[in-house]
Amino acid sequence: MTRRHAALGFLGLALVVYPFVDRNNSHVDFLANAGAFILLALGLNIVVGFAGLLDLGYAAFFAIGSYSYAMLASQQFGIHVPFWLMLLIAPVVAALFGLLLGAPTLRLRGDYLAIVTLGFGEIVPQTFLNLSQYTNGPNGISSLDQPSLFGHAFGFSATPYYYVLLGLIALGILAARNLQNSRLGRAWMAIREDELAARHMGINTTATKLAAFALGASFSGLAGVVYAAKLDLVSPDEFGFNVSVLVLSMLVLGGMGNIWGVIVGSFVLSFINSFLLPQSTSLAHAAGFVNVDFTNYRFMLYGVILVTMMLFRPEGLIPSRQRAAEFHEAILDPALAAQEQSEYEGVAR
Amino acid sequence: MALLALDNVTKAFGGLVAVKELTFELDAGGIAAMIGPNGAGKSTVFNLITGIYAPSSGSIDFDGRSLRGLRTNRIAARGIARTFQNIRLFAFMSALDNVMTGRHARMGASMFDSLLHTPRQRAEERRVRERARELLKFVDLERAGASYARNLPYGSQRRLEIARALASDPKLLLLDEPAAGMNPREKDELIALIGRIRDSGVTVFLIEHDMNLVMNVSERVTVLDHGEKIAEGSPDAVRRDERVIEAYLGRADGAA
Amino acid sequence: MDVFFQQIVNGLSLGGIYALIALGYTMVYGIIELINFAHGDVYTLGTFFSLAILTGLGVSGEMHGLPLVGVVLVTLIAAMLLCGLTGVLIERLAYRRLRNAPRLAPLITAIGMSFILENVMQLWHGPSPISFPEVIPNPAWALGGVEVSAKQIAVIGLAIVMMAALQLFIYKTKMGKAMRATAQDRDAAQLMGIDINTTIAVTFLIGSALAGAAGFVSGVYYGTTWFFNGFEAGLKAFTAAVLGGIGNVAGAMLGGFLIGLIEAIATQYIPGGAQWTNVVVFSVLVLVLIFRPSGLLGESLPEKV
Repeated sequence: MTRRHAALGFLGLALVVYPFVDRNNSHVDFLANAGAFILLALGLNIVVGFAGLLDLGYAAFFAIGSYSYAMLASQQFGIHVPFWLMLLIAPVVAALFGLLLGAPTLRLRGDYLAIVTLGFGEIVPQTFLNLSQYTNGPNGISSLDQPSLFGHAFGFSATPYYYVLLGLIALGILAARNLQNSRLGRAWMAIREDELAARHMGINTTATKLAAFALGASFSGLAGVVYAAKLDLVSPDEFGFNVSVLVLSMLVLGGMGNIWGVIVGSFVLSFINSFLLPQSTSLAHAAGFVNVDFTNYRFMLYGVILVTMMLFRPEGLIPSRQRAAEFHEAILDPALAAQEQSEYEGVAR
Repeated sequence: MALLALDNVTKAFGGLVAVKELTFELDAGGIAAMIGPNGAGKSTVFNLITGIYAPSSGSIDFDGRSLRGLRTNRIAARGIARTFQNIRLFAFMSALDNVMTGRHARMGASMFDSLLHTPRQRAEERRVRERARELLKFVDLERAGASYARNLPYGSQRRLEIARALASDPKLLLLDEPAAGMNPREKDELIALIGRIRDSGVTVFLIEHDMNLVMNVSERVTVLDHGEKIAEGSPDAVRRDERVIEAYLGRADGAA
Repeated sequence: MDVFFQQIVNGLSLGGIYALIALGYTMVYGIIELINFAHGDVYTLGTFFSLAILTGLGVSGEMHGLPLVGVVLVTLIAAMLLCGLTGVLIERLAYRRLRNAPRLAPLITAIGMSFILENVMQLWHGPSPISFPEVIPNPAWALGGVEVSAKQIAVIGLAIVMMAALQLFIYKTKMGKAMRATAQDRDAAQLMGIDINTTIAVTFLIGSALAGAAGFVSGVYYGTTWFFNGFEAGLKAFTAAVLGGIGNVAGAMLGGFLIGLIEAIATQYIPGGAQWTNVVVFSVLVLVLIFRPSGLLGESLPEKV
């Protein structure tokens, strides 16, 4: 057993016993919410980090997962699919939507793909909003079924959700690692590096990108189910462009393509968002500055992270070795970049 | 029966005819070359064979079956591998990963195998890794496996590209100016390597500017000028052909 | 039928605004192949600047005669200048360094810039919609059953004048020629002695100034704005640019008017209309990108390997 394994084991153990040590439910609640975002980030990392496809509508799959749970496990239609079963169904549904979106669009060059996914990300919540006879429109769907395990309902404590998410994240990490070191993972990297050469290796680039889209979407669908059940409510305004950009910022901050980087990035941003900003606001209020509200600077924060990281440390805080090399070679060597650029254009077929 | 047969193939880009009514056959098991002055349409022929371009007219058969309408990846799976004039390795993947990626078409792991690392998948990965190591050794790169392709010296990159192409066990290997930019010693090694590839049963078809190399290794030469075949035959016969001499000497950019 | 023609008029006025914004997208994409996400927010900034200038001039209501002309011209030109400079600044600070970086990098930076601008505007005027003074008197004329207002004529007229001026600039001036050359082949243009940095900066200056003009016009036309205005308008204008053929200036104008018309007609004729317009516009975007990525007026580029 290596030191790395030991450290991981220790971290895992600490996370398992944490709720017994810290009896403050709001802390566990925060960790559970952060966990949902870690799951989202792990999924988006497959699409953006591994396959190099910029998906700006990722929150749409989060919405699809959440609404699947809300519609199939509540009084809305009187359907009550068990939570645990939904954890299997929702990722499949989200993946199907990923295929639906990806099939016609993945032939597009990178930046067009980004825009189309953005459009999709707008259409999906808008559709949930507009189809009010099924979704209650802006009010959303509330009083979702409470998950239960061996007859014990989860209740309104965050702790059971915390454990569910911990388990899902562990599985997610395992899945992402497996994918990275596999035929599929190499194909993603190859496409990112040189799509035309990848085709000459016999890689079906469209199918391979679709796989990234579908797998990424399934993580998002999974996170959606847990998030909806935990919140006991879904409404269309939780899944806008800003959520997609938030998850992207987590990747950029932590390090696209690096599983641990992405986890750290999403944890740090969640911490700032739900802890640091509100806490410092209350501190400021207590100190007499009643007009400040740091939470208003949230979007500024995402923006500043995206811009400054791209300018000064595009590989993220905890980079993947490969990504770091890609970014720096390209920035230091304009000739190579120009060559890659022209080759990229040549790929359009 | 011919391994590769181009029948009356024409490729036009708008008004520009890059390849005109080209017919030729390639038998299995030898080393053939295509030469011609710059802009003669040689690379276009490779791009037609590998499905980057579709012919404007005419047909291409490989191993007794038409390649019509097949995408590049399907053609690769049929058994045609290639290298590129301006090396197109996966720059920021290790040399070993480059070669393993070259094996893609011959691997069976599905998305779920990749996701779950099934025993089947793990066994396959082991086999492919082993085979990739052998191929690296075959091209004298056994110690470069862990380096990024981008960090290898130029000559090694050329050889790595060949190893990557061979990983798919191709029937036909297309080499696009394999000696470009190499020094004399590297060229000699390349000639030996091409011979070893032929001996392993792979048919080699190369485009080259370096006459010496072409005349040294190939058993059959096709000469292209302005997209048309102007001569074909043994290296000696081609060397004496008047139209070939005219095509090369008649212009400033002549033979290298 | 009157309803239909009424929607045509409404659509053209909307389209005039989209067309002005689309020009900036298309010019920047044409020259550095970047979807400038922040462009829609520069447009909103144009409305904010105009509002600040009007407030500074002490204008809060309708004006007439010469003072009206003076106020409109001053506000328009100042808003265009300020937006133009903002655009140049964004290019200089955020995009220039990344000109040769992997394509993902400048795109992500542009999204970041967009978020920063939106947040700045939110801090400036708060999160709620704000009203914009009704500077221009707005009589309406009935043509048959169709009503055309002075504002609509002004919007369409201004858009057409700006576009004509831009065409003249691009095809008749030396800088215009440098822009076209740089868009075609940056390296070759550089070899010909064209100053690439200046040319790109001028492209941002003009594109952003046009967005500034659109911002002023939209303030006058709608009488209201808010910090998030540019997100949706920007997406629609980008759709317009793609529909017309990205990189093609005439295409952006055509696309702008078409998107305006599509939006107006969809609002009228689709049951429950207004709430589906975004869905309709994005569907147009997706369909164009899939079936005719070169757009209506764009040429498909030859492939090279």
